[in-house]
Amino acid sequence: MKTNNSSLYYILFIAIFAILLPAGHLSGFLSINTISIWGRYFCFAIAALGIDLIWGYTGILSMCQAFFFCLGSYGIAMHLVLQKTALPDFMVWNKITTLPFFWQPFNSFSLTVILCMLIPAALAFLIGFVLFKSRIKGVYMAIITQALTLAMWLIFLRNETNLGGTNGLTDFKTLLGFDLANTQVKLALYFISFTVLCLAYMACHRITRSKFGKVLQAIRDSESRVSYTAYHTVNFKLAVFVVAALLAAVGGMLYLPQTGIITPGRMDVKASVEMVMWVALGGRGNLKGAVIGALLVNFLYSVCTSWFPDSWLFILGFLFVITVLYFDKGLIGLVTTLRARIGNLYLKTAQTTN
Amino acid sequence: MLLTVNNLSVSFGGVHALNLDHFSVGEKELRVIIGPNGAGKSTLLDIICGKTRADSGEVTFKGKQILGKNEVTIAEMGIGRKFQKPSIFPELTVYDNLLLAVKTKKDIFSTLFFRVTPAIADRIHSVAMRLQLNGVMYKLAGALAHGQKQWLEIAIVMLQDPTLMLIDEPAAGMSDEETEKTGGLLLELAKTHSIIVIEHDMKFIEQIANNLVTVLVRGKRLMEGTFDEVKNDQRVIDCYLGRSNAQLETL
Repeated sequence: MKTNNSSLYYILFIAIFAILLPAGHLSGFLSINTISIWGRYFCFAIAALGIDLIWGYTGILSMCQAFFFCLGSYGIAMHLVLQKTALPDFMVWNKITTLPFFWQPFNSFSLTVILCMLIPAALAFLIGFVLFKSRIKGVYMAIITQALTLAMWLIFLRNETNLGGTNGLTDFKTLLGFDLANTQVKLALYFISFTVLCLAYMACHRITRSKFGKVLQAIRDSESRVSYTAYHTVNFKLAVFVVAALLAAVGGMLYLPQTGIITPGRMDVKASVEMVMWVALGGRGNLKGAVIGALLVNFLYSVCTSWFPDSWLFILGFLFVITVLYFDKGLIGLVTTLRARIGNLYLKTAQTTN
Repeated sequence: MLLTVNNLSVSFGGVHALNLDHFSVGEKELRVIIGPNGAGKSTLLDIICGKTRADSGEVTFKGKQILGKNEVTIAEMGIGRKFQKPSIFPELTVYDNLLLAVKTKKDIFSTLFFRVTPAIADRIHSVAMRLQLNGVMYKLAGALAHGQKQWLEIAIVMLQDPTLMLIDEPAAGMSDEETEKTGGLLLELAKTHSIIVIEHDMKFIEQIANNLVTVLVRGKRLMEGTFDEVKNDQRVIDCYLGRSNAQLETL
C-alpha cells in the first residue's frame, strides 16, 4: 500500500518534469523561461529537503537555511563575475584597485565549487556546535538562527563587504565557456537541477530510512530518552545541521546561473521564513511533502504575483494559518487523510449494499 | 558494591531535596526505595542517571565517580533509567523504539549503515515476547495503552542491557494482573542485573522485595531493612500516616 502510494508520486513527478515540461518546450508550447523558472524551483526544493531533515525529522527549527542557500549562490556568482572581468564593476566605482583576498580563490571553478560547499558546512558546524553544546532548543534556536541570518543580511548589504551591497551580483555571461543566455544551456541547467534534486531526494530518503534517521525522529519525540539510551544527541544534531546546510548551499549554487542575479534579499527575514513555510505547507516530516511544498508555493507565488501583485504575502499567510489550524501534516497529510476517508466511505457503501 | 552514594546533598532553591549519608547497592541486588511524596526518591535516581546535578557528595559506580558526568556517558557506563512518566518515542513504531534501544555501537556512522542482524532481531523479538509487545510491534508507540507504554519503556531499558536498572514506579496505572506480571519480570531480571525500584504499592513491594528496602523521608534515609522490618516499623507507619513521632522530628 505504502510503496504503491510512493511510486505513484514518483511516476507523476518524473512524467511531468522530465518528459512533459521539456516536451512542451520542444514542441513550442512553453518558453525556455518557464523551463528555467521550474529549474529554479528544483533548487528551492533541494534546500527544502534539508529543512525537512533538520526541522521535519529532527524537530530543530533552523531559520538560517536561506543564509546557507545564499552562500552557495554568492560563491558561484563571484566566479561568474570574475569570468567576465578581472575587477568587478562595483569595485571600480568604489575605487578599489586590487581584488580583495577572499575573491581570489573564486577565479578557479573547481575551487569555487569546493568552497561553495565547504564554507556553509564549516559555518553550520561552528554554529551548530555552539548552539547544541549549550543545549539551546525550540523557539530559542529559531530566534538565534533568525537573528544570525539577519546579521548576515546586514553584513552582505554593506558596500564595505565587497559583495555588491544591496544590488548584489548580476550580469553574468558565461559559465565554463557556455553562454548562459543560450536556450540549450538553460535546458541543460534545468536537467542538471532536476537530476541533483532526484539524487538529493534519494540520499535523504536513505538517511531517513536508516537507523540514523530513526534516531533523528527519536530526538524530535524525546531528546532526553535518546540521551539515556546512550546516543550522543549533539553529534546527531550537528551532523543533520551540516547536511541541511550543504543541501541549501547546493540548491543555491544551481539557482544562481538560472536566475542571473543574487542579492541579499534572498536571505532577508521574509525569505528565510518563506523557506520554512514551503515545508510546513507541503508536509513536514515527509520528504515528498517538502519537495511538493517548495514547488507548489513557488508556482503559486509566480501565479499570484502576476494576477494580484500586492496580496501574495496575505495569501501565503492565509495558507499558513489554515495549515497550522486544520492540517498539521500539510498537503501530503491532507491527501493521505482524504484517501483514507474515501476508502472508508467506499468500504461502508460496499457493506450496506451487501 | 556496584553503586555507592556518600554524603549526597542536593537542594532546589534553598530547599534540601536530598541529604543522604550513605546508600549502596550490590551486584545483582534488587533494592526497593519507598517514602512519602517529596522524600527525594526520584531525585536520587535523577542524580545517578545524570539528569540532575548534585551540590556535593560522591556517587561511585563500578568504582568510578559518576557525579559531573553527562547522561550519555553514564548510560554508556551501564546505567539504564525508566522514568515515572513513560518516556518513549510516540511517533515511532514499537519495533523502532526497541531497535534504537538495542545495545550496539551508537555513533553516527554505525547508525547510518546499520543492518538488523538475526541476533538483534531475535533479541528484540524475545524481549517483546516477554513484555507482550509482539502483537503491537508495528503500531505507533504513542497509540499504546498506558500499561503497555510502561512495559515498552521497561523493554527499552532491558534491551540496553545495563548493569544497573533504575526503575521509577513501574506499576503505576497498571491493573492487578499486570502489576503482578511486572513484579515477576523484575524478579527474573534481578538474577542478572542490579535493580533499584521506586514504588508505593505495598502489595507489589511485598512481591518483589527479596532483599533490602530503603525508606527515604524528607531527603534522608530513615531506615533500611527487610520488607517485614520496614512494614512493622513504627516510624515508617507514622510518616506514611502523617502522625507525629518524636523520632521523626529529630531526623
